[in-house]
Parts: sequence; C-alpha cells; structure tokens
Amino acid sequence: MTRKQKRLALIGGALGVLGLAVGMVLFALRDNVVFFYGPTEMAEKQVGPGLRLRIGGLVKAGTLTHLEGKSISFDVTDGNHDVPVAYTGLLPDLFKEGQGVVAEGALDKGGVFRADSILAKHDERYMPREVADALKKQGTWQASSGAPQGKTADGKTASGASQ
Amino acid sequence: MIVEVGHYALVLALAIALMQTILPFWGARARDARLMAVARPTALTQFAFVALSYAALTYAHVASDFSLANVVENSNSNMPLVYRISGVWGNHEGSMMLWVLILTLSGAAMAVFSRSIPPRLLADALSMQGLLGAAFLLFILLTSNPFARLSPAPLEGADLNPILQDPGLAIHPPLLYLGYVGFSIVFSLAAAALIGGRIDAAFARFIRPWTLAAWCFLTLGIAMGSYWAYYTLGWGGFWFWDPVENASLLPWLAGTALLHSAAVMEKRDALKIWTIFLAILTFSLSLLGTFLVRSGVLTSVHAFASDPQRGLFILAILVLFIGGSLFLFMLRAPTLSKGGLFAPVSREGALVLNNLLLTASCAAVFVGTLYPLALEAWNGDKISVGAPFFNLTFGPLFAPLLLIMPIGQMLAWKRADLLGAVQRLFFAAACGFIAMAVFFAVQGAPSLAYIGAGVAVYLIIGSFVEVYGRIFPSGLFKSKNAFVRGKGLPLSAWGSAFAHAGLGVTLLGLAATGWGAEKVVAMKAGEAYDVGPYRLEVMGTTSDIGPNYKEAVAHMTIRRGGEVVALLEPSKRFFSTRRMSTSQAGIVTLNFGQIYVSIADQNDNGTIDARLYWKPLVSLIWLGALVMAFGGGLSLSDRRLRVGVARRAAKLPSNAQIAS
Repeated sequence: MTRKQKRLALIGGALGVLGLAVGMVLFALRDNVVFFYGPTEMAEKQVGPGLRLRIGGLVKAGTLTHLEGKSISFDVTDGNHDVPVAYTGLLPDLFKEGQGVVAEGALDKGGVFRADSILAKHDERYMPREVADALKKQGTWQASSGAPQGKTADGKTASGASQ
Repeated sequence: MIVEVGHYALVLALAIALMQTILPFWGARARDARLMAVARPTALTQFAFVALSYAALTYAHVASDFSLANVVENSNSNMPLVYRISGVWGNHEGSMMLWVLILTLSGAAMAVFSRSIPPRLLADALSMQGLLGAAFLLFILLTSNPFARLSPAPLEGADLNPILQDPGLAIHPPLLYLGYVGFSIVFSLAAAALIGGRIDAAFARFIRPWTLAAWCFLTLGIAMGSYWAYYTLGWGGFWFWDPVENASLLPWLAGTALLHSAAVMEKRDALKIWTIFLAILTFSLSLLGTFLVRSGVLTSVHAFASDPQRGLFILAILVLFIGGSLFLFMLRAPTLSKGGLFAPVSREGALVLNNLLLTASCAAVFVGTLYPLALEAWNGDKISVGAPFFNLTFGPLFAPLLLIMPIGQMLAWKRADLLGAVQRLFFAAACGFIAMAVFFAVQGAPSLAYIGAGVAVYLIIGSFVEVYGRIFPSGLFKSKNAFVRGKGLPLSAWGSAFAHAGLGVTLLGLAATGWGAEKVVAMKAGEAYDVGPYRLEVMGTTSDIGPNYKEAVAHMTIRRGGEVVALLEPSKRFFSTRRMSTSQAGIVTLNFGQIYVSIADQNDNGTIDARLYWKPLVSLIWLGALVMAFGGGLSLSDRRLRVGVARRAAKLPSNAQIAS
C-alpha cells in the first residue's frame, strides 16, 4: 500500500464510523426522547393521545383510589389543572397523597394518562426537580417541610416500573 | 481543637499547592534544578496536610461532634461505626474532601514512583497537579467548608440518608474516585508534555501504568455502583442510563481508548497527538462528571446539595482546566512531530478501529447525557433521554468491538495476515456458534439473549487464543517446552487476555437477563410461588430492631424439585430519624444466577406486595468486571511497566534532553 492509500484508509474509516455515529444519534433523538410536562403545560399544548410523556406534580389529596388487583387511579395537580392518571403495578415506597410524583406513559382517548412507571421521591425533603419547577411556575411552590431546601436536600427517585 | 487543626491543615495544603504550582513551573522555565526539585516534597506535604485534615473530619464524625454542621446534618450517635466512617464521604463536603484526598494522593504517588520521568516533564506535571489541588481546595474552603461550626450545638444529628447506610458506601466512592481522579496524573503529564513541546514513545511508557491503575479502579468502582443500585433500589435493575452513571461511563470509555492508543504510541511511535488528546479528554470527562454530579444540575442520590454558587465554582474549574488544556493542545499539537502512517491490516490498524468505535460510543453517550440539559437551557423544554436512545446508539457502536477484539489481538504489528488471524480463531468461533445453538435449544427466545451469549463465549475463548498460540506454537501435543514458554510470556499478554475475557463474562451475564423470570404477587404466609425453576415458600414474617431502624423481615425458603436449596430474608427497614424506609432485597446466588425478592409494606389485609425475580447468570455481570480489573492488575505488574525496571530506560530521555 502506498502512503496515500494508507492515509485514505485511515481517514475513510474514521469518517465512516463518525458518520454512522452521527446518523444513529440523530435518528435515536428523533424517536426516543420523552418530554416532561406539568398539568398546566399539558392543557396548554393540547397533547394528543398516544404520545409518550412524563408528567409531574402533586398527587391530589382525596383522589387516590385503589381499584381491583394492583391498579390505582389518582389525579396529578399543580394547583391550576389536574390530570387523571391510571396505573397498575407496585408503587414506590413514598408514594402518598399530597406528595410529589412523576409518571411516565401516554394519554388514552378518554383523556386519562395511562402510566407505566411511577417515580416518587425517596426522602421527605426531596422533590423531583421537574416537579419543583412545574410547581414554581404555577406559584404553588413552598420551600417548606423540615430542613431548608438546598441545604440538605438529598434523595433518589425510586422507580416502580410496571411489569 | 482537633477540628480547628483539620481546618488549618486544609488552608496550609492550599498554600503548599500554590507553591507546588508556581515554583517547579518557574524552575522548568529557568532550568533551575533546585526550583524543580521543590515539586516532589511539596506534593508529599500537600498530601500529608490533606490527609491530616481528612482524619480530623473523620474523627469528628466518629466522635459524633455535633458542633459541626456537617456532622449534624449527616450523622447520628446511634449509627454503626462503619457508617460513621464511610458517612464522611456520604455528603457533599465530605465527598469533595475525599476527592481532594485522592487527588493529592495521586500527586504524591507520582512524586514517589516517577523517578524515570525526565525532571522537567515531572516538574511541569506536578505543577499542573498542584494547580488542580489548589482549585479544588479553594472550592472546598470557599463554598463547601466541612468544618463549619454550629452554635448552639444540637444534641442529636439528622442521620445519614438511609439509602447510603449500606456497605456499598464504604467501597463504591473510594474506588470510583481512585479511578476518576487517578486519571488526573495522566492529564497532568499530557499537559506537561504539551508545555514542554516534546513527545516521544517514552511518554506512552510513563502514562501507561497510571492509566492502567486508574482504569482498573474505575472499572471496579462502576461495577460496585451498579451492584449497589441493583440490590438496594428493589426492582432488580443494574444500569439505568442515568446521567450520573453515564458520567462514570464516559471517562471509562475514553480511558479504555487511551489505554489502547498508548500501546500503539509505545510500540510504533504513532498516534502521538491522538494519545495526548485522549489523555486530556479522559480527565476532562471525569471533571465533567464531577460537575454534573456535584453542581446540583441533576437530581439523584449522588447530588447531595444544590447551591448555585457551588455549581458556578465547579463550572469555572471545569472551564479553566478543560478549556485551558484544549487551548494548549490547539497551540502545540501542530508543532509536535507527527507519528508514522501504517497499514490498515495490522495490530495498530485494529487499535485505531478500537479507538474510533470507543470514542464514537463515548460521543453517543455524551450527547444522550447532555442533550436534555442543553435543550432545557436553550428553550426550556424538559425531556428525558432514556434506555431506548442508548440501546439504539451505544449498542450498535459498541457491538462490533466485541467481534473484532479477538481478531485484533491476533494481528501482528506493522503488517498482518487478516485471513490467518481469522483462521486461527476458527475454534473460538465454532465454540460460539455451538454455544448459541445450545442456548437456543435449552433456553430459547429472546434472540438477543442467545446470540449475545454465543458472542460472549466466542469472546471469552477468543481472548485466550493468542496466549495459547504463543505457548503452543505447533499444536497442543507437538509443542515442546510449553511450560517454559508459558512462564516466559509477559504478564501483559495474560493481562489483556483476561481483561478481554472479562468483558465476555459481563456480556454473558447481560445476555442472560433475557431469560429471567419476574413476578409481582401479594404474598401470604404459607403460600408458595414458582419463579423460573425454583419454588419460593413464605414461612412468615418477624420484626427486628436494628441500631437506628426497625425492620420487618419475611422468611422464605427456596426449593428446587422439593429440596430446600436456600433461605431468603428480604426486609423493609424504617429509619425513625429521617422517617424514611428502605427495602433490603433478599438475594441468594445459585449457579451464578440470583433469586431476588424485594418486599413492600404490609397491606391492610395482611398480605405483602413483593417482586420475585429469577435472574440466571446475573452475577457474571459484576464478576466480569472483576476479571477485567484482574487483567489490568496483571498488566500493571508486568516487568516492562514496573517502576524499578523503567529506571534503566530513563537514560535515553535524559540523554536526549542534553542533546536538545
């Protein structure tokens, strides 16, 4: 092989792999990205059924109902708008009424959000940042409950993926 | 008093770090051997002061000194001793202390073990290490002081986050940091080489042992973190493509690429500029990981606190070091002597392909991790990029590596015979196909599982074909002196064989997850549930009291064909100080597979919701990482790389320097 051919092989290989990588990243970003909305944003953007989403807010007090089996339904609220959510499966340890929650799934035709996984906070002082931001946007945020926020806020979302 | 000594020692360490930054650097410019010689003692003293300071903080935690805010927020007098010691790094301030402790340890190690490195290069490198130390010490002292007092002192502390009260906390962070921060040595050497403007093959020999050591620790640290998440989060997942995990995977991928390109540089004096770039990139990604985890940009169990000031400070450090080193690279790289070109079909050609694929997969993970952050900063849209993205991008970019890895090992340097290499792998490939067929017949779908398992078997066997060929050059029975040959084989050959095979072992574990069984049930005492080939019977529940928690334990027996093979005790712990509960999964390892049970709180009707899993061969995922690190350790103990031996080679560079 001449010098030129060697150089061409090297550059060609590099560009090939690079192009492949860029192509795959772009392709995957188009279809495999999930948006996060609060209830108000969902109402504003008029999300249609079937689109995969994450929604976050508080579990509205008095709306949690246990259906047969391991199915539950509850409303996610940010104070202004509510979204009804249905879920089947085990719940994370700290899933409670009045607490922050993030649900992933899609709206069905009846406007009910069918969640296939539920994330809840794992420490009484911790709230998923998306939820805190969504609540701050609506002005219903209180930097309250126990220790000052930001000083000792730590925790991990525990996930209850459905089976 | 001890606490004040610790605080003071930290300030002194900063002063010494500044000395270490300025004097040797000046000495290297002025060619003053006495000034350059300051580097070594200051590196050691800086480490000693940070260690003293760290010891003082540990003392405060062990003695439950609740006049320290850090102790109050993260400790409790009822906590077992091991968590009081490891809890020191279970919070923001303490973990930064551990970071700096290991950073200065790296500097000290470089000062002690690098006698073969030319004095000017060493002086510049230690100066760079001093600058890193100074930046992070300043960060601790200005924004995250662990020695802040609280007045009046409360009587009791707020306890450590219960999720962190686990033996994993004692192991995972130190290993991970040794990996992360260990790459700082390589970074400093690369920056020093750029400043000095001379790079030759010897440089690869200087960085190789440090790269290897950091890589081994990083491998172990990631594996340990993954296993910890697996047994503590209670739903059997071991890798979530969480940004925090990706932050550790990025330097691992870049570091693996660096390890291989340094080999080319050492043997063939090629890929020099690229190796320098990878050395900078690897530690830059470590710094980026620190920024992501410590700045509060992300929320996770790792992000202890989100104080915007801290985030900005770390961002400034990030910009200074990454930007500075890349700028230096931009200035100097064109002036460096270029390495030779080489044939595509050769060992170095294969290593270039390895580097391309590793850095491309690294880039894919990078984009997936940072795109959501960038998008949110750009237009406020919040998105999450999850497993599907990474499976689609990282998967196809990494998969070819698994196939070509054994082939690359078979190729000779300079010019190789591809056909011959593939022929010699016939046995390994045949074993892979047979394994695939057997797995298909016994376990069946999904296809990804049996194909993956077949590739894993090929990879494990193929990794040793090269070693086999060198011990038995003319076949298993005809070769003479096989034992002598085996003994004479360099340890690094065994090392790379084991490291590659370890990846195969991990792959086998990953592939086997496809055959797992999973059940969610409302458990009742006396009932039995079939999971995979096993039958789990619930005997009953009891409650226990631990040092700082209450615990509900379910007792279960595991039977196979009527015989009891193991007992299982998953539990649920409630920590009263933080009013928070954790699940302790019950795990039993059987034939490398695991029965995994995690339970929730008791329902009103007396049943307990539980997840039951049978995960065949799952332990291989982490055992594979152990094998990889073992291979790295073998390579590290190779004569060629050992410090004492390298000293002989030191004559060459120093002669060259006189000539220059």
